[in-house]
Amino acid sequence: MSTLQIEIQLIAVVVAAACALPGVFLVLRRMALMSDAISHAILLGIVLAFFITEDLSSPLLILGAAAMGVLTVTLVELIVRTRLVKEDAAIGLVFPVLFSIGVILISKFAGNVHLDTDAVLLGELAFAPFDRLVVFGADLGPRALYLMGSILVLNLLFIIIFYKELKLATFDAGLAAALGFVPLVIHYVLMGLVSITAVGAFDVVGSILVVALMIAPPATAYLLTDRLARLIGLSVLFGALSAIGGYWLARGLDASIAGAMATMAGVIFGLVYLLAPDRGLIAIARRRRRQRWEFAQTMLTIHLLNHEGTLEAVRESRVEHLREHMRWDMTFARRVVRYAEQHGLLRDEGGSLILTDEGRSLAQRAVVT
Amino acid sequence: MNERNASSAIEVTDLTVAYHEKPVLWDVDLDVPPGVLMAVVGPNGAGKTTMIKAILGLMKPAAGQVLIYGKPYQEQRKLVGYVPQRGSVDWDFPTNVLDVVTMGTYGSLGWIRRPGRSEREKALAALDQVGMRPFADRQISQLSGGQQQRVFLARALVQEAQVYFMDEPFQGVDATTERAIVSLLQALRAAGKTVVVVHHDLQTVPEYFDWVTLINVRRIASGPVKEVFTDKNLRLTYGGRVAFLSHNGAGEMAVKQDV
Repeated sequence: MSTLQIEIQLIAVVVAAACALPGVFLVLRRMALMSDAISHAILLGIVLAFFITEDLSSPLLILGAAAMGVLTVTLVELIVRTRLVKEDAAIGLVFPVLFSIGVILISKFAGNVHLDTDAVLLGELAFAPFDRLVVFGADLGPRALYLMGSILVLNLLFIIIFYKELKLATFDAGLAAALGFVPLVIHYVLMGLVSITAVGAFDVVGSILVVALMIAPPATAYLLTDRLARLIGLSVLFGALSAIGGYWLARGLDASIAGAMATMAGVIFGLVYLLAPDRGLIAIARRRRRQRWEFAQTMLTIHLLNHEGTLEAVRESRVEHLREHMRWDMTFARRVVRYAEQHGLLRDEGGSLILTDEGRSLAQRAVVT
Repeated sequence: MNERNASSAIEVTDLTVAYHEKPVLWDVDLDVPPGVLMAVVGPNGAGKTTMIKAILGLMKPAAGQVLIYGKPYQEQRKLVGYVPQRGSVDWDFPTNVLDVVTMGTYGSLGWIRRPGRSEREKALAALDQVGMRPFADRQISQLSGGQQQRVFLARALVQEAQVYFMDEPFQGVDATTERAIVSLLQALRAAGKTVVVVHHDLQTVPEYFDWVTLINVRRIASGPVKEVFTDKNLRLTYGGRVAFLSHNGAGEMAVKQDV
């Protein structure tokens, strides 16, 4: 691999990891849509800050964007508080307005700088390594790597230091407030971090794909674990896998790297959704199937137990009879009988089904509970 | 009017809460002595939960003052334990029972400090008290309603508070859990704690509680159950929707709620 390839992948991994960290809390707070709103609204912040500084690499751009992200959240909450509009509608009202003001400003006043709308929406990771950080004539590497690296460290530090507060405020904001942890402040700091992360990632992957990197990895990890710490770790891992997988997919297809990264994030989610050991679709289907057999087998033992030792026992305990009594078709009835026989619950004596002790106790247990 | 009564566990004066000019709680006064087990009753929308939230500062009151042992709530946080409604949190949150109970220690830990072994021991001891120790490692999404409620109570116990506010701890729990919760509340009272419980079942008020506050936006009455849990006050609170309250035998009461 060339240095360029390594650098691109490194940037991609750092961006994905930085996005996944606050993304975990967005998903847990059911605020996934807010990342969409923030990542669009920050455009206005960038444009306004650019008009002031006239420098695309100024750190003020990040501050402007972060402020706009927090403003978005505030506006949404103000609208929701009037109780005239639900939260999802409020989000849908606020960010397109801010975003479109940004788009108008770009097209009207910034036509000749590198702030075009395509780059805003999709970013271009392939060009990121060409913007180098040079200090005293020494080339220290791609600027994007330093920027996103700092954001990654910032997110990581915030989550590590305020892990307990974040967890409590996310799980039970009421108790957090009663204990004096001001969940509202935690909420806004988190939204500020989402904004900073979005603006940093924005240059590299664009405002739409930031959302994919914030939401898909945590949503994937959520299918696999019940522990918050593990959820965070797995989210970062899935983000990184999407980044590297996306890079190679883009090379193979000769397509946009950012697009391929988001696609990989979706593909990984799809695979886990199918294959997750406990909550995956396949595991659920298998569990249902097994439960269906076990239930049928229990019903059969109960039926036999009810008629055991009575006059009609001979008639009731014949396989053919199960069709009318249980409304089972013959194939199914035969399979249930075979299944129960294999499990040692009954014996088939010349077409008449006799419960074993084990079968009897299963039926008795089932009836009691 | 504003005489400070340091011997009160909870002293609420003129508490008013409004949503957009519409008062949901209107000029409520309360004076709860230490060591009582008090029910807060009233019809739906009477402001029971609002009152607790306003006392705990979770909602901004339009007017009024709250003192816990003679000082504002903000200075007495460590004396106060809170059990929110069970339905107010997401039980699919990725955590286990022990971790949720440990959250009760966060208040005394303060910012940044992590819970350690002693917090863990406290949480386990509280789980023992509510009979949930074997569930310590259980994922919270796998709990039944009654078990969730016990976990919330254990979490309040580790707060080691003097005053407890509980919002409908009996909501949707089975009879066994209800009895377990009642004996726990009575044990707290026996230990000198003050417990305020939002309660729905009028029939059990005289049996479970010794104090009661009846509210319906305004405070109708507050005091010992024997004195204020009367037919007249219930009618005032529920607006005639309570059919009757009959006295039979030696002052024993039977309440029939007809909603």
